[in-house]
Amino acid sequence: MTGQFLKKMGALSAAAMALSPALAVAQEEAGYTAGHPLPGQFHLQRSVTPIMDSITVFHDGILMWTISFIVILVLALILWIVFRYNAKRNPVPAAFTHNTLVEIVWTVLPVVILIIIAIPSFGVLSDQLTTPDGERKYLGSNIFSFGEVEVPAPELTVKATGQQWYWDYEYVDQGVALTSLMLNEEDRAASKPGQPRLLAVDNELVVPVDTTVRMQITADPTGVIHAFAVPSFGIKIDAVPGRLNETWFNARETGIYYGQCSELCGKDHAFMPIAVRVVTKEEFATYMAAFEGGDYDAANATLAAVQ
Amino acid sequence: MADTTAHLEAHATGHDHAAHAHEPTGWRRWVYSTNHKDIGVMYLIFAIVAGVVGGILSGFMRMELQEPGIQIFHGLASMAYGVEGGEALDAGKHMYNVFTSAHALIMIFFAVMPATMGGFANYFAPLMIGAPDTAFPRINNIAFWLLPPSFLLLIASMFFEGAGPGALGFGGGWTAYPPLSTTGHPGPAMDFVILSLHIAGISSILGSINLITTIFNMRAPGMTLHKMPLFAWSVLVTAFLLLLSLPVLAGGITMLLTDRNFGTAFFRPAEGGDPVLFQHLFWFFGHPEVYIMILPGFGMVSHIVSTFSRKPIFGYMAMAYAMVAIGFVGFVVWAHHMYTTGLSLDVQRYFVAATMVIAVPTGIKIFSWIATMWGGSITFKSPMLWAIGFIFLFTVGGVTGVVLANAGADRALHDTYYVVAHFHYVLSLGAVFSIFAGWYYWYPKMFGYMYNEFLAQAHFWIMFVGVNLIFFPQHFLGLAGMPRRYIDYPDAFGMFNRVSSIGYYITFVAMVIFFYATWEAARKKRPAGDNPWGEGATTLEWTLSSPPPFHQFTTLPRIDSTNAH
Repeated sequence: MTGQFLKKMGALSAAAMALSPALAVAQEEAGYTAGHPLPGQFHLQRSVTPIMDSITVFHDGILMWTISFIVILVLALILWIVFRYNAKRNPVPAAFTHNTLVEIVWTVLPVVILIIIAIPSFGVLSDQLTTPDGERKYLGSNIFSFGEVEVPAPELTVKATGQQWYWDYEYVDQGVALTSLMLNEEDRAASKPGQPRLLAVDNELVVPVDTTVRMQITADPTGVIHAFAVPSFGIKIDAVPGRLNETWFNARETGIYYGQCSELCGKDHAFMPIAVRVVTKEEFATYMAAFEGGDYDAANATLAAVQ
Repeated sequence: MADTTAHLEAHATGHDHAAHAHEPTGWRRWVYSTNHKDIGVMYLIFAIVAGVVGGILSGFMRMELQEPGIQIFHGLASMAYGVEGGEALDAGKHMYNVFTSAHALIMIFFAVMPATMGGFANYFAPLMIGAPDTAFPRINNIAFWLLPPSFLLLIASMFFEGAGPGALGFGGGWTAYPPLSTTGHPGPAMDFVILSLHIAGISSILGSINLITTIFNMRAPGMTLHKMPLFAWSVLVTAFLLLLSLPVLAGGITMLLTDRNFGTAFFRPAEGGDPVLFQHLFWFFGHPEVYIMILPGFGMVSHIVSTFSRKPIFGYMAMAYAMVAIGFVGFVVWAHHMYTTGLSLDVQRYFVAATMVIAVPTGIKIFSWIATMWGGSITFKSPMLWAIGFIFLFTVGGVTGVVLANAGADRALHDTYYVVAHFHYVLSLGAVFSIFAGWYYWYPKMFGYMYNEFLAQAHFWIMFVGVNLIFFPQHFLGLAGMPRRYIDYPDAFGMFNRVSSIGYYITFVAMVIFFYATWEAARKKRPAGDNPWGEGATTLEWTLSSPPPFHQFTTLPRIDSTNAH
């Protein structure tokens, strides 16, 4: 119930933020199924995982309302003061310097608000940092619950290694690996004209839908720190040389979901995108069989061409 | 509120000072200066010069980001280094990172800190507590004169090899995370930056020691700590933050230096070091640093709001101890800058909780400023406009801080433009607005002349529109996922980036008006009088002449027991 309510509040706040109706229309028309930002986008990217569901509801449903309320309250008080207590209207200033009651109120009330924020905040955070074991239930959109969404234990492990300036991916259990480079404009126009500039890559990381994928993230031991992020999945974690960080996702829709390196790593920091292609389980099985056979091109050929 | 005796005595000293024979003149007055007011003015001029340099750097960045694609920087690199084609493009991409890094370092260490803790604190903390000067005038001199060489070293770093042949300058961000700042920048540029920060740090530590000693030992008879003006309180807290946090930065960047040059492996994973250790050290300094930049502004805004409301500050004790609380808690929240580095769940939970606590004293301050104005008889002179602008914009920056404090939400926003918008709202709009508030509040006191009120208000309104246009759309960019420190971005982010760049040009116009207003005031020489703000201005500096005598309070003012703050 609260989940539904918060979701509606979230949609409302997103709508309230729409500066221009044209924007909202454009996003409607696009069906908003993209795994990348849309022109003029002013809200979080579309969620396709339970983790991003909880982040979206937490932000749009609770945080946005709280901070908007505080800002509007402060603005309203200031405007009232300007109107009511200017020297013309109020020539004789009051002399009070204390009011114990209001001081207690504006100390205790923020504490209460912060506690209300903290409850879902801790839940959302715990979900993100707890790899599913098949038993644990996740919050999803219902961030005030004790967990309603079932998430299976990881069935696939992918190790992503940040390089200067591209990503290497390794299917750890299958023992196969690929390198993913951003397409320059010429190549993009030639091979994937439908994909966004600076986001399209030559080889996407391919994963199955409705499957929990364990991501191990590191960087070249002689390199620098990068960060692996996919907004639609609600994941972002640093790729640190000498460390193996871990995160996970379980995407419920097929498609290509883009992210970008999120830790300054040198001159081509802006040019090492992350592209994750979520395919059906059957497609993935065929793809992986061909890949394990040792022929990456043949594996790619089993998938529908990316336009 | 100073009593009449203090007023008379101050005036007596004002007339006396002409009799002083050893008042230095010419260049000796400034270079050899041990006078807190002269040093304060030098700090302010230095901050303005550095602020212009930092502002120009950000102008190039906004021009570059105005449209998708790379427009400006390959050309700049080509002009600066004489390279062409692909080489110019690579040099330009690196140059962009150099500009972002230098912009941040210059604005933090050479514009905001010298303006608040150097300029206003040096000039007005002694005046407000009724002291003739600071405790260690010669330390004050060296603290200031360390800054120009430090600044020159930072500027020089931009002309030495950084990330390899053809990539001049340090482009690893003001945070200077290794390995990008060690193996990622093998050239000497980073060593220049390290030396620059060391010297700036020594300068700040010396300045802090001087201010702490002055405030503890040189308050006028009768001025207990609990009667001390809030600006002096804010300076005291800030000085302690500097004193406790800067040595940690110095340690961290010294470890960087030895990792780079002397074969140590503090941050080298291949030899057992840990790059994340540097992030902990850096942010143990870096988080207090953001309060260092804003706290003196809190103090100034309190006085300005009280002066123009003709009403004493509401909740003085809560205001003072809210700053102390912010200072304390500011030291135990550093890892909220590191939610994505792979910290464990328990550590992240702790830092979420600790960080959210800061919202409480901050809220107390905002509501107390509003309560100070409530029931007042307010005149909206330019310092008051800047102060009210500060309160509102700082609120906006504060609430986005509450959003980012939640590690769960920060997962989506970390290292995006949302963070850029957040910290520019508290710093570029918060701290800088408080600096301009202080500037217009104390300008008549410091220089004895009145500026043109219309120009000062035009400066405020145009800048208010400009900076909001720059930074508000960046919230949207961040929510939609645009990462920070990007020279180019997917076309979808084009619209809000364009709006943001237009905001920069508007802000630029506002800054032109600021300089014109300053020039106009200096040329027209309208005498300001000892106290242009009337009965609301109750602190001791308004009992002196404008500008104050070269040495003030030779007979100390007495604060009687009934005086309010």
